[in-house]
Amino acid sequence: MDFSLSEDQRALRAGMRELLAGRFGRERMRAAVESGGGVDRGLWAELGAAGFFALRLPEAEGGVGLGLPESVLLFEEAGRVLLPGPLVATHLAAGVVKGAAEGRAVVTVLDRGGPVQDLGDADALLVLGEVVSLAAPDSARGAVAVRSVDPLTALLRPVRPVVGAEPLPAMSGGTLRYEGALLTAAEQLGSAARTLEAAVQHARGREQFGVAIGSFQAVKHLCAQMLVRTELARAAVYAAAVTGDPAETAGAKLLADEAAVANARDCLQVHGGMGFTWEADVHLHLKRAWLRSGRWLTAAEAEEALASDLGAGEGAERG
Amino acid sequence: MTDLSYSEEEDEFRARLREWLAGVLPGLPPKPSPDDWPGRRAYDAAWQRMLYDAGYAGLHWPVDAGGQGATPTRQLIFLEETEKAGAPYVGANFVGLLHAGPTVAAEGTAEQRARWLPPVLRGEEIWCQGFSEPEAGSDLAALRTRAVRDGSHYVVSGQKIWTSHAEVADWCELLVRTDPRAPKHRGISWLAMPMDAPGVTVRPLRTLAGSTEFAEMFLDEVRVPVANRVGQENDGWRVTMVTLSFERGTAFVGEVVACRRTLAALAGEARATGRWDDAVLRRRLGRLNAEFRALWRLTQWNVSEAERSGGVPGAGGSVFKLRYSQARQELYEAAAEVLGADACDLDREWVLDRLSSLSYTIAAGTSQIQRNIVAERLLGLPKGR
Ligand SMILES: Cc1cc2nc3c(=O)[nH]c(=O)nc-3n(C[C@H](O)[C@H](O)[C@H](O)COP(=O)(O)OP(=O)(O)OC[C@H]3O[C@@H](n4cnc5c(N)ncnc54)[C@H](O)[C@@H]3O)c2cc1C
Repeated sequence: MDFSLSEDQRALRAGMRELLAGRFGRERMRAAVESGGGVDRGLWAELGAAGFFALRLPEAEGGVGLGLPESVLLFEEAGRVLLPGPLVATHLAAGVVKGAAEGRAVVTVLDRGGPVQDLGDADALLVLGEVVSLAAPDSARGAVAVRSVDPLTALLRPVRPVVGAEPLPAMSGGTLRYEGALLTAAEQLGSAARTLEAAVQHARGREQFGVAIGSFQAVKHLCAQMLVRTELARAAVYAAAVTGDPAETAGAKLLADEAAVANARDCLQVHGGMGFTWEADVHLHLKRAWLRSGRWLTAAEAEEALASDLGAGEGAERG
Repeated sequence: MTDLSYSEEEDEFRARLREWLAGVLPGLPPKPSPDDWPGRRAYDAAWQRMLYDAGYAGLHWPVDAGGQGATPTRQLIFLEETEKAGAPYVGANFVGLLHAGPTVAAEGTAEQRARWLPPVLRGEEIWCQGFSEPEAGSDLAALRTRAVRDGSHYVVSGQKIWTSHAEVADWCELLVRTDPRAPKHRGISWLAMPMDAPGVTVRPLRTLAGSTEFAEMFLDEVRVPVANRVGQENDGWRVTMVTLSFERGTAFVGEVVACRRTLAALAGEARATGRWDDAVLRRRLGRLNAEFRALWRLTQWNVSEAERSGGVPGAGGSVFKLRYSQARQELYEAAAEVLGADACDLDREWVLDRLSSLSYTIAAGTSQIQRNIVAERLLGLPKGR
């Protein structure tokens, strides 16, 4: 057993962090906020070239041939910097939708009739049900723009039911849902780690009563709890990536959602009035964390899945 | 994040251990009652002797200290399997095996190791921990128990409190002040005190669970040989930090496995009584499943990281302890909900556990103190008040 990251994994993560720092640094991110989000095709293609979407496709099919653990590391990095766009759906559709693997196609997902992310930019639409099918984006013609809580995520609400035209027998709805949940959890983990860093940095620099606010225990304890949440979520997300176990994945989504949302709130608190402004990035993390919490697997669904797991399998093993 | 499976050798080790446990556990006598201290001591010591004879004593101790020098992964397998099989808990052997022993192994002289370590491993001598005092709990370095040099002895006077297992211990890892003029973190020494020395008085304290888990200890001019000091005079604080890192690093690992068993049993009970139809309760149990699964993975993560760096468990133990102590209390709150009206019956399973879970956010450093440690040592926030 060696659960820690391999050298290759560390290198992969460092490479992605560097790429994102160069191509989607804070200024770019803030510019994207001001322009209303959406997908940057240039960046999308660059991610494609770096293997972001094709990571898990076999090398024979032009992919990188790596596994879920590696994907999770990349999505964690994406979550840290608030990278916008339907990253998860496009990643899952690589190998199914032409151009997705290379980052030439943008694929989004329709699930249970909620608003659809970046529908306006999409080349294809995964329709997630018992079976998975593919629809052309114009099958959602007339969809109405929703005033999205997250300025980096455009949302459109289809006005009539969208039926997938092309069934994808190779994809199981269950597997897709759980893989989507895990990659989304990885983004949440990255966001939780980032808001923790921001809180600690602010707590070290900001002075009140003549000392850094980070020397006040009330502030310290907020930060400590943020680390505890992050590390528990990390263990859960990484383990689920290694085992692929559905109950473990449900747990990972539940804990990562909690870490992202609660850390963003605590980070906002540590920032004081500054935290309530548009200038500070923390609101962007909180809004995206809310959005992600409602996707792929909600808290209620995850908890039900974890409850059914009790009394079956390892958790029930008795001496 | 590569490998959560075990090597062939580790699997063999697990299989042999399982087989051994299956052979010996059915023959164990029934557990003594919690109030029967001599009975508990005898029971825990006998179990330790069985482990020793089978080659499982001090698995994670270094070989030159009489241990098996096993990797942290093997130690993890050991804790997992013994707990899954329902083997006895370390109990009264806790302090000797999990912190006094490792501290002596790391900091003691050759003579001290030879004198103290083998009896711990064989289950012949029980240790207790005399750190806390009435006026020095969280602020441990404020301790006042004095040790004055008199030839080849220290003469020790003062009072200790909350000393677990003091009633049956043979030795006490005792913190004393050897230099009252030095700043409070200096001037402390770490002594091994024989509990039968004249001047040691133990008065049991009753816990809120009704039992006598810990005691007050009055020390009246107790003569302790200078040779019993581990580490240099006035360097006891550093030695103490070694002890505490052992205490927080590995102490709760097996218990996570136990909590998972309890959770599964709670789900079974709820199904049997129809409480399972309550979605709020069901979801609560589901969430706890996520907690304990993740805490187990966090343990494996910490062990892998420790194995990688080859060091003693670090402040990561505080991260674990914070979440674990909270999750454990939530588990027994859920148990009370499953039990319904029966949660007031001390004879029902889980009711006593609910009471003792209250100590987890206090013992071995309170949650508030752990948060300070995490904030200052892991996050680098400034020290303050
Ligand atoms: C079941 C049990 C077994 C124990 N066994 C042993 C043993 O074998 N040997 C031994 O030496 N000790 C033992 N202890 C003692 C234990 O380590 C102490 O109780 C603990 O460290 C807290 O100290 P205290 O009780 O003096 O509380 P205090 O230090 O008085 O704390 C009271 C409250 O104030 C808070 N507080 C104190 N200082 C701060 C601060 N700086 N910042 C924020 N909050 C603060 C605490 O968190 C707590 O909530 C045991 C305790 C229990 C409950």
